[in-house]
Amino acid sequence: MTTSGGLSSGKAAAALGLHRFGFGPRADTIETIAADPRGALLADLERPNAGQLQAPNLMSSAEAAREVFEFRAERRAEQKLATRQQKQAAMSGEAEAASQMTKLPGADGGAPAQKVPLPQQIILSEAKARFDLAGSAEIGLVERLVWFWSNHFCISADKDAAMVGAYEREAIRPHVLGRFADLLQAVESHPEMLLYLDNVLSMGADSVAGINRDKGLNENLARETLELHTLGVRGGYSQADVTNFAKVLTGWTWLQPGEPVHGGEFIFMKRLHEPGDQFVLGKSYADSGVDQGRAVLRDLARHPATAQHIAEKLARHFVADEPPPALVHKLAKVFLDSDGNLRQVARTLVTAEESWAAPRQKLKPPAEWIAGVIRLTGAQDEIPIGRIMNAQMALGAPLWRPPAPNGYPDNEAAWIDGIARRIDIAAEFAGRAARADPLESLENGLGPLASAQTRETVARAESRGQALTLLAMAPEFLRR
Amino acid sequence: MRLHAPSRRELLLGSGTLFAWMHIPKLARAEGRDPRFLTIILRGALDGLATVAPVGDPDWLTLRGENALTLDGKTPASKLDDFFALNPAMPNLHAMFAAKEAIVVHASATPYRDRSHFDGQDLLESGLPQPGVSESGWLNRALAGLTPAGRVDPRGSRVFAVGPVTPLVVRGPAPVLSWSPQRVMPASEDTVQRLLALYRDRDAKLASVLEDNSKLAPGTVQPGTMQRPGAAGPGQVRAYFSEAAGTAAKFLAQPDGPRVGALALDGWDTHFNEGIAQGRLSQLLGALDEALSAIKTNMGPAWRETVVALATEFGRTARINGTDGTDHGTATVALLVGGALKGGRVIADWPGLKPAALYQDRDLKPTTDLRAVLKGVLRDHLRADEKALALSVFPGSEAVKPMAGLVASA
Repeated sequence: MTTSGGLSSGKAAAALGLHRFGFGPRADTIETIAADPRGALLADLERPNAGQLQAPNLMSSAEAAREVFEFRAERRAEQKLATRQQKQAAMSGEAEAASQMTKLPGADGGAPAQKVPLPQQIILSEAKARFDLAGSAEIGLVERLVWFWSNHFCISADKDAAMVGAYEREAIRPHVLGRFADLLQAVESHPEMLLYLDNVLSMGADSVAGINRDKGLNENLARETLELHTLGVRGGYSQADVTNFAKVLTGWTWLQPGEPVHGGEFIFMKRLHEPGDQFVLGKSYADSGVDQGRAVLRDLARHPATAQHIAEKLARHFVADEPPPALVHKLAKVFLDSDGNLRQVARTLVTAEESWAAPRQKLKPPAEWIAGVIRLTGAQDEIPIGRIMNAQMALGAPLWRPPAPNGYPDNEAAWIDGIARRIDIAAEFAGRAARADPLESLENGLGPLASAQTRETVARAESRGQALTLLAMAPEFLRR
Repeated sequence: MRLHAPSRRELLLGSGTLFAWMHIPKLARAEGRDPRFLTIILRGALDGLATVAPVGDPDWLTLRGENALTLDGKTPASKLDDFFALNPAMPNLHAMFAAKEAIVVHASATPYRDRSHFDGQDLLESGLPQPGVSESGWLNRALAGLTPAGRVDPRGSRVFAVGPVTPLVVRGPAPVLSWSPQRVMPASEDTVQRLLALYRDRDAKLASVLEDNSKLAPGTVQPGTMQRPGAAGPGQVRAYFSEAAGTAAKFLAQPDGPRVGALALDGWDTHFNEGIAQGRLSQLLGALDEALSAIKTNMGPAWRETVVALATEFGRTARINGTDGTDHGTATVALLVGGALKGGRVIADWPGLKPAALYQDRDLKPTTDLRAVLKGVLRDHLRADEKALALSVFPGSEAVKPMAGLVASA
């Protein structure tokens, strides 16, 4: 077996593997896996609890939804109370009293305006836990898969900020090495997705609620599930399929977060569900309540168009903007043959010859590059999560806030104009980093992949900070 | 998560971050003084000859040709004494010099005699006689030797925090807190230029994008005039230097503020199109000059008890290189400013500029040990113990006597 460097092992293959399939090397990972880079990647897929995020301090999505609901209600009450007292004071002519902030009964003495608001606190904790995993992972292949699927099944904090992090932990992570069908079920029934793609607003026109309220379908979730999550835009579905699938999905909603016990959880509400059997993609689905939707999702998960769509996206993300057709074919075949076993698909991805033979041309997307820079500098503890999130935003890829349900783009054209901004971010992180000799970093971060020119550029830098900046911005580090 | 325990080689001073000691030196206090001391590390190797030019040296014009600053010409240098003149980009420093509030120590250097930035910066900050493993810096070891007269501001942690990264110069046993300007300084033009050169060699696509972003074409670049969205133009560098230094001064000036601090201002590695009279170095020196002015202004009445020491890892080649810049050299200038100084002097045991007088026929020859300057200030301004200065602050420097008479009160 040969690779672009004519090697299936050795430091060049190790470095290539770490950049292409992981988050880039840390300290001595190139050396560690050089004897058997593919074996190391395969082993990453077999770790117990791979993909899981153990963080007892993080709330479940339902808890977060309830807490944020309460937080907002209290804030509204505080504001209302203040307004009321100002009015009273004005009427009694006591200007001084009007200026005094009034606290809710039982509120502590702290000034709430100065505290980080709860929704932001939650996102920061979630983001930190997520980024810590990327920074500390030995290789990061499974984390890369989590990020890939999270972008594939994206949601947005602009729609709901409370549950974005929990969504990824609950719907994505448990299934990244499991069955695609289970991943799909978990995602499409998660309240965060139901909110994001408006299914909580949708109801059958002939459902009890639809008749009573004179309301009807919202097709958003059904369409994006077909177009983006499974079959792909040319996957062979019609408008009728979209409409019918939307009818199938009516009733998939959440319990209002004001409900004290189960608020924020998924619920199938029969009252909203369009009654009757539905035809989707040439097949009739009996009205079995929530199971009608589950049955459609099961079939979508094993559809050949889905296999092709997922295979293309995976190969594009990990290997090349124009992925080798042979690789896409291999991945699609394994996907179909294994009934969507994502661990087997990942194994194929990291062992296929085409995955290694492709030239290192792929421009790392912003967040992945940032993670790579932080691993390079060893400065994970020194860089606050807020700065990392700012950096993602500055590069046009704010965490969990893609502009549209198709997620962030995955090609060079989308990101290359941000190169100039990456310099500033590299300089900032390098400046905050406590880190070894830049030449040592170069060996650790690129090793044999570094060109003579890059070595010379780094060696001639005017300071460690500049050397690290130049290394993080070297073509060999930007591309994989 | 850290990859491995940090070694001295990993430590790097965040540009613009102030590191400060929250105590008052007791001995100086007992004399009725309340001294302030700020160290500014200039990373990248400052061209001492372009900062303070030996206009009285007969070999000066031969050496630097049209790049030599002179007292006449389009941008005349500002006369300091009969021999030296200051870069015209530094009118505030010139005024301080005239007011006897500034001292230039020329042809000075650390004991380091190689030309690696990284080793040179290590040695500048560690205070050791040669590159070697050190867990602490000279400033911290000096502080550790001063008896503190109590912590100055118990609420100091409101603005000062334990820094995420402690630079080598302030690392060590004495507790040090830090403050960073909110503003993040964009990457320097110099960094962008270096990347452009690399991209042109290695990655045409990246090069063309960066060029488009920079609105410049290959070969037409005038460093110092380049603008790119978000890049550190001269205005931004000035603003950043002034904010960092000016805020440092505000803290040091407060009656209950810290008394000793350190910060770094980077960007002095001028290998090509140096722009000594007009251009890149001129703009950087102008930014530094405004920063010094901001320090004086913000120090207020405390200025008369202040010494600011500015030092760089080494100097640059005496001659101009083939790209209108200078390469890594040896001796350079150290600058002292502050109202506590007995200033208005250029201190130099001038080595001369004839080829045989240059260090390795290449650099200004070092004739003054930078450690003598720092030891003189630490002893006479902060009342650091002379024996400790020789043994622990600058180990192995017994033969390098503290320079006397720098500070007026001494």
